[in-house]
Amino acid sequence: MNQFISFVRKEFYHIFRDKRTLFILLGMPIVQITIFGFALTNEVKNSKIAILDNSKDAATISITNQIEASRYFDVYKNLRSNNDIESSFKEGKVKLAIVFPQHFNEDLQHFNKAQVQLVADASDPNVANTLTNYASAIIIDYQNRINNEAKLPYTINTEMRMLYNPQLKGAYNFVPGVMAMVLMLVCTLMTAITVVREKEIGTMEILLASPIQPLKIITAKAVPYLLLSMVNIASILLLSVFVLDVPINGNLFLLIFESILFTLTCLAFGLLISASTDSQQVAMFISLTGMFLPTIMLSGFMFPIENMPLPLRIISNIVPAKWYYLIVKDVMIKGVGIGEIWKETLILAGMMLFLLTLAIKKFKIRLA
Amino acid sequence: MRTLRFLLQKEFRQIFRDPSILRIIFVMPMIQLLILPWAADYEVKDIQLSVVDHDHSGYSRQLISKITASGYFQLQSYDNSFSNALHNIEKDKSDLILEIPVSFEKDLVKENGSTLFMAIDAINGVKANLGGAYLRSIIQDYNKEVRLKWVQFPRFNPEKNIEIASSNWFNPLMNYKYFMVPGILVLLVTMVGSFLASLNIVKEKEIGTIEQINVTPVKKYQFILGKLIPFWVLGLIVLSIGMLIARLAYGIIPVGSLFTIYAFAGVYLLAVLGLGLLISTFTSNQQQAMLISFFMMMIFILLGGLYTSIDSMPAWARAITRINPVSYFIDVMRMVVLKGSSLSDIRYHLFTVFGFAVFLNTWAVISYKKRS
Repeated sequence: MNQFISFVRKEFYHIFRDKRTLFILLGMPIVQITIFGFALTNEVKNSKIAILDNSKDAATISITNQIEASRYFDVYKNLRSNNDIESSFKEGKVKLAIVFPQHFNEDLQHFNKAQVQLVADASDPNVANTLTNYASAIIIDYQNRINNEAKLPYTINTEMRMLYNPQLKGAYNFVPGVMAMVLMLVCTLMTAITVVREKEIGTMEILLASPIQPLKIITAKAVPYLLLSMVNIASILLLSVFVLDVPINGNLFLLIFESILFTLTCLAFGLLISASTDSQQVAMFISLTGMFLPTIMLSGFMFPIENMPLPLRIISNIVPAKWYYLIVKDVMIKGVGIGEIWKETLILAGMMLFLLTLAIKKFKIRLA
Repeated sequence: MRTLRFLLQKEFRQIFRDPSILRIIFVMPMIQLLILPWAADYEVKDIQLSVVDHDHSGYSRQLISKITASGYFQLQSYDNSFSNALHNIEKDKSDLILEIPVSFEKDLVKENGSTLFMAIDAINGVKANLGGAYLRSIIQDYNKEVRLKWVQFPRFNPEKNIEIASSNWFNPLMNYKYFMVPGILVLLVTMVGSFLASLNIVKEKEIGTIEQINVTPVKKYQFILGKLIPFWVLGLIVLSIGMLIARLAYGIIPVGSLFTIYAFAGVYLLAVLGLGLLISTFTSNQQQAMLISFFMMMIFILLGGLYTSIDSMPAWARAITRINPVSYFIDVMRMVVLKGSSLSDIRYHLFTVFGFAVFLNTWAVISYKKRS
C-alpha cells in the first residue's frame, strides 16, 4: 500500500510539474462551457439580408421596417436589380434576399393579391429554412394586420408548454455534452498518453523491473486523472449553475456517482489503448478517432441520433458517452431518480468492466 | 539549396517510413468524410409523439391520423393520462405530448372553438421549437378543413392576400451534406497541418534528435522550411483525397474553379503550419504540444462556423472568428464549392489568411532557438 501511495505521488509530481498541461487540463472545461454556453447556438439571428424593392410604396416600406426591427434580420444592403442578388450571395455575406415586384401595394389594394419573393442562399439548408420561415411569418403578420383580423369561426386553439427548458436555452443541451467531452479527454487521452510516454522514452522498463506489481503501476497512473476529472466536474457544475443558470434538478450525489462511473469507463479505455500501442502519436490518434470523434458525433448532443442512418444509430449504442449524456440529461435537467436510469447505468457499468478486463489482460509485463 | 534538399529528403523518408503516420494521413480523411456527414443532419424529423386523447371522437381521430401522415411525427404511444405520457418523456421515449380535451369535437362545433394542449421536451430548444411549429401548422391545416365543412366562403376572396414565393439557391434540394462536406475538408487539412507538424518537431525535441540538427550548420530557416514543405505537400494531398471522396461518395463537384480552391488552400496551409511550428517552439514534449494544439483547434473549429452560424454568435465570439483562420477557409470552401465564387470574391479572405501566414511564420522562426 505504501508503495502504491508513493507511486501515486510520483504521478502527481509528473502532472503538477508540467504547468502548461495542468493549466490546459483545468482550463479546458471552463473555456468549453463558455463557448458552448454563450457562443454556440443553433438559433438563427442577426442574419444579413438584402432587399430588392421595385415598388417602394407604403406597404413594402412598412414590411421592410418590420423585418429590420426583428432580431433575426439585419438589412445589409438594398439591391437595384435582379443580377445583384447572385453577386451578393457570392460575396458570402447575404443569406436571404427579399424581392418586392413593381406595384406591390396597388396590387394588394385593388386585386387583393400581391406577390413577394424570398430567395435564400441554401448552401446552409438549416439557416435558409429558418430565415424563410421567419420572413414569411413577418409578412403574414403584416397581412393579418391589414385584414383587421376578423375573428374566424370554428377555431382550434393550441396551448403550448415547453417542459424543462421554457426559455429554450442551448446550454441545457450542451452542458451534459461538455461534461462527457471533458471527462473523455482528460481520462482517456491523458492516461493513454502518460503510459505510452513511459514506454517511448524507456522509463517503463525501469518501472517494470521494480518489485511493485505492474497492475499497481497502471492503477497509480489512473488515480491522479480520476481526481483531476472530479475537479473538472465540480468546476463544470459550478459554472453551469451560477453562470449559465442551468439548474441541477436531480440528486447531486447520484450525478456524481454516475460521473465517477463514466470516468472509470474512460480510464479503462485509456489503459486499453496504452496497452496496445507503443507510440504517443498512435495513442493520440486512436483516442481521438476512437473516442473523441464518436463522443462528439454519436452521443447525441451535437447531432440528433434519430436522424442518422441505421448503421450509425446502432454504432452509437457502443459509445459510452451516449449513455452518460442520457443519464446526465435525465438526472440534471429532468430531475429523475435512479428508477428511470438504472438501465443506462447498468450498460455503462458493463462497458467499464469489459474494458477494464480487456486492458488488464492485454497489459504485458515484458517489453518487446 | 542543397542543404534544404537533403533535409527534405530526410523528412519525407521519415514520414513515409512511419506506417502510423501514413495511416493517419490516408485513413482519417476517409473515416471522417464517410461517416461525419451522415451524422451531421440537423433536420428535425421523426419527432416521437405521445397522444392523450380524452375525447375519442371522429374529429380527434382524424386529427391524429393527419398528424401521423405528415411524416414529421411518429406515434410513440396512446396514453390514458397526461402523467403517463409525461413518464414517457422522462424515459426519453417521446418528445412531444398532445392532449386532446374531453368534448373537443362538441366544443369545436357548438361553442365555436376548442383548445388543444401540447407539452414539448425542450432540453433541445431548436428541436422543441420546430416540432411545436410543425404540429401547430398541421393543426391549423386541419382547422381549415373543418371550417370549410361548416362555412360557405364567398367565391371571391374578400381578404387581402400576400403570396410568398420562396426559392432556395445553390442547394435546391436542401441537402445538408453539401453544406457539411466542404467544412469537414477544412477540418482535415487543418488537422494535418497543425497537429502533425507540431508533433513532428516536438518529437525530435523529446527523443533528442533535434540536438543533432542543432550542431550542424543547417540554418534556422532551412530547418523550418524542411519541416514546412513536407507537411504543406501532405496537406494538399489530403485535400485532394478528400475532394475525390466528396465527389465519389456525395457527388459534390465544386461549382467554382479548382484553381481557386488550391490557391487558397496553399496559403491557408502556410498559416496553419505556422501555427503548428509556433506551438512546437513553445512546448517541450508531445503531450503538451498535442494538448495545446488540440485546445486551440477545438476553439477554432467550434467557433469556425462549421456547425453553427457565425452570425448568431455574440459580439465577442464574432471578434474571435475574425482572427480564426479556420473560419476563413470554411467560408471560402463553401463559397467556391457551392456558389462558384471567384478569386475576386474571396480576395478579402485570401489577403487576411496570407497576413496570418506571414505573421505566424515570422514569429515561429524568431522564437525557434538553436541553443537549448
